[in-house]
Amino acid sequence: MMKGLKKWRLFGLLAALTIFLSGCGEEYLSTLTPAGQVGKDQYNLLLLSTAIMTFVIIVVVIIYVLAIVKFRRKKVGENTIPKQVEGSHTLEIIWTAIPIVLLLILAVPTVSLTYKFADTKAMEAKDADGNAKAVTVNVTAKLYWWEFEYPEQGIVTSQELVVPTGQKVYFNLKAADVKHSFWIPAIGGKMDTNVDNINKFYLTFDKESDGLKDGVFYGKCAELCGPSHALMDFKVKTLSQDNFNNWVDNMQATKGKKADKNSTDLGEQVFANSCISCHAVSGEGTGGGVAPNLAAFGDRNRVAGFLEHSEDGIKNWIKNSQELKPGNIMPEEKALNNGKEFTDEELDALAAYLMGLSVEK
Amino acid sequence: MSSTAKKKGFGATIWDYLTTVDHKKIAILYLIAGTFFFVVGGIEAMLIRIQLAKPDNDFVSAGLFNEIITMHGTTMIFLAAMPLLFAFMNAAVPLQIGARDVAFPFLNSLGFWLFLFGGIFLNLSWFLGGAPDAGWTSYASLSLASPGHGIDFYALGLQISGAGTLIAGINFLVTIINMRAPGMTYMRMPLFTWTTFVASALILFAFPPLTVGLFFMIFDRMFDANFFDHINGGNTVIWEHLFWIFGHPEVYILVLPAFGLFSEIFATFARKRLFGYSSMVFATILIGFLGFMVWAHHMFTVGLGPTANAIFAVATMAIAVPTGMKVFNWLLTIWGGNIKVTTPMLYALGFIPSFVAGGVTGVMQASAPLDYQLHDSYFIVAHFHYVIVGGIVLALFASAHYYWPLMFNQMLNETLGKITFVFFFIGFHCTFFVQHFLGLMGMPRRVFTFMGGQGWDQFNLISTVGAFLMAIGVILLVVNVIITAIKNEPAGRDPWKDGRTLEWAIPQPVPYYNFKQTPLVRGLDTFWIEKMEGNKEGMTYAEPISDIHMPNNSFIPFMISLGLFVAAFGALYHQDTDKTWSIPVLIIGLAITFASMITRSLKDDLGYHIHKEELMNEKGGKH
Repeated sequence: MMKGLKKWRLFGLLAALTIFLSGCGEEYLSTLTPAGQVGKDQYNLLLLSTAIMTFVIIVVVIIYVLAIVKFRRKKVGENTIPKQVEGSHTLEIIWTAIPIVLLLILAVPTVSLTYKFADTKAMEAKDADGNAKAVTVNVTAKLYWWEFEYPEQGIVTSQELVVPTGQKVYFNLKAADVKHSFWIPAIGGKMDTNVDNINKFYLTFDKESDGLKDGVFYGKCAELCGPSHALMDFKVKTLSQDNFNNWVDNMQATKGKKADKNSTDLGEQVFANSCISCHAVSGEGTGGGVAPNLAAFGDRNRVAGFLEHSEDGIKNWIKNSQELKPGNIMPEEKALNNGKEFTDEELDALAAYLMGLSVEK
Repeated sequence: MSSTAKKKGFGATIWDYLTTVDHKKIAILYLIAGTFFFVVGGIEAMLIRIQLAKPDNDFVSAGLFNEIITMHGTTMIFLAAMPLLFAFMNAAVPLQIGARDVAFPFLNSLGFWLFLFGGIFLNLSWFLGGAPDAGWTSYASLSLASPGHGIDFYALGLQISGAGTLIAGINFLVTIINMRAPGMTYMRMPLFTWTTFVASALILFAFPPLTVGLFFMIFDRMFDANFFDHINGGNTVIWEHLFWIFGHPEVYILVLPAFGLFSEIFATFARKRLFGYSSMVFATILIGFLGFMVWAHHMFTVGLGPTANAIFAVATMAIAVPTGMKVFNWLLTIWGGNIKVTTPMLYALGFIPSFVAGGVTGVMQASAPLDYQLHDSYFIVAHFHYVIVGGIVLALFASAHYYWPLMFNQMLNETLGKITFVFFFIGFHCTFFVQHFLGLMGMPRRVFTFMGGQGWDQFNLISTVGAFLMAIGVILLVVNVIITAIKNEPAGRDPWKDGRTLEWAIPQPVPYYNFKQTPLVRGLDTFWIEKMEGNKEGMTYAEPISDIHMPNNSFIPFMISLGLFVAAFGALYHQDTDKTWSIPVLIIGLAITFASMITRSLKDDLGYHIHKEELMNEKGGKH
């Protein structure tokens, strides 16, 4: 009998644990599985505040349950008139003082971390050659995509942020059209991209994203920015310092790359005729593009930030971009191709060309 | 509920309500209009939850979803929660302080009609080209970029209904300061009166910033001004400040009266004086004051810098102290009491754990560095619904049951009321508890859809199931109201038997002039004192029976509001070059308003007197 009971208890515990663990979310997306110092500090603050608040809840619940159990009319008697107590100074002082102490415990790390996370002085630090010591990324949020410019390296990419692990990476955040917010939940808290000013902050990435389910961390837009706000995802690839340097070199090496109208590759021809006025295929340069830079498109995880990354995904996007991501500024298919739809042959070739734009392969 | 109202024909009753200046009837108007908008907002909520029940759902489109969330938030805050609270304030506060009516009965009516016409104007956007779609916060860069007229409906509609709210707030301030019966000192006022008083003061200071912000928005969108257009030297962050300088106190405008209502209910059904009355009053004032010091905690991620963030973080945490005082005082009120679990009390008991849960997550978000993670995620959605549903909506439902006999001389069915509570309460926790985790798992708010396989599928489904349970609860409440209205059994005076404050001392149905003789207040919970001393009449009188001066009904408030409603269409369509009628409509609308105001100013309306002899004969006065 007792044994059976114990088993049941174990079962209950396991069930609770399963729910609890499923409550942690996905490793590449959840704030509960932080993969960077900022996120870890925030996670610890979450634990501390949860502990304090759980204490408060327990105290309240104990008094609450006891009061309800002990002082029901059924128990006390229909006609009993309770003593009309005015109050108690001692109790008032107790439940004023204790919460103040609890809040002070929370306030100290709050204030210190607020200042710590806002410390971006190292962005300006230069080594002997006048090069910046830290990696800085200029993030520009646009309807509904993200541009990542590396001013020091002279390269620019989009939709997929690539960063080195094990160091502070600094961000200059700005929005080009309406306000957005830059958030990589598994790495650390968000910061808004305002239209009026540049916001600065930093994040650290402790873990290489290679082992994750999709090989990337997920990033989100966290500020309502229009119909396709929900689809304004980006991805984050974290590389070791060496791999990052390689990636930078490869990106720089795409300098001058252009789609050629006279190419033998039909895909390149189509691209040169229809896409090049907005999309660049060279990763070298500065930000400010009208449309995402596609130099590293083939290495990406998604089409348009959220569609399956395949030739079919690309074709689907070109054919139905407005339907799939309402409000984006990519022109309709016919507007791209002088009033005609692309032939299947052209689309296949274009998709293949795009998939071949890679700096990693 | 004047005793003569029931004998009138249908048309006469409608006309009576269109022109009434009686606080008790205006309370009913607020109740009906607020309930209507609550149902509208509730349907919008259901659409949101149906859309998010499963990943990649296409029940509503992306653009429509944004309109729905915007209207859900705006409707629930401005057009449901506030008017419903005004309903109970109007029904109870004048009676609680022993007044014949509010200080300005005409303005009371004007406030209602402005709110209603503003609310109708806003909701007409659904039929006239699309609702606002920039969220209830309507952040400037997005709202300026929003095509169509949705945002214009938002700005103009809220401007009109906001004027009504401001008028109502001022009216209650003056009423509570000036109209208290002899002996009703400030420290003898029931807590609902106190919280109404403080909330009204908050309205007085919080609504002007919103008015300014909305005017800037209107000018930017309709007349090409550049207050928020950063390309022309404007600044969008200013809107965020103006909005939250209003928006945060707004939370307390809503929740303080809810606290007051629960304080009445706890004391009544625990048969015990409110524990720590003076510290409750102090806490109310302190919350009201601190409520103005914390708006930037909505903007921690905007980039205000560490000093601003740190200051606002600590200030926000400070609010937890007086709020905690209140919770413990409620607990100690029922401690040692004689608790009868009626439906209102059941809601009050459900409120404590729910609101504490909402409060503690508030403290977590006050911690700025942690808020960088929680802000604009589903965590915040969970938090503010715990506060607003767990605090305010539970208070509204509790008070609907509690004050129904005062307003309609009928009792809502207690059993059905308890069943309603069970559905609503379980549904509420089911809907919103899991949303905390969705937020922590990285789900941003205001997303019209989400991809499967991100670990959010289950919890979203649970949340939707909960929403349906809440909907069942609301439907049961409506059924309860209908059944009760059909049964029409008079509840009589002091129907809960444990009434403590003056509103329960008045005979039922409440005479249209309220108190035949102004009562003398002899302490806190004055009705309780009289009852305990065996005074069958329940009141000691401060004056002999004498003539009562009454205001006349007036149709002018309706006309003033109608004029602004018409003018708003002119302003709204002014930007469309093809609509040449817009300027004439604007002028005609304003002309109606100003002509009505001039009529009001020039025409002497001295009201009338109920003579002493009539009062002596009136049966309603005795019970």
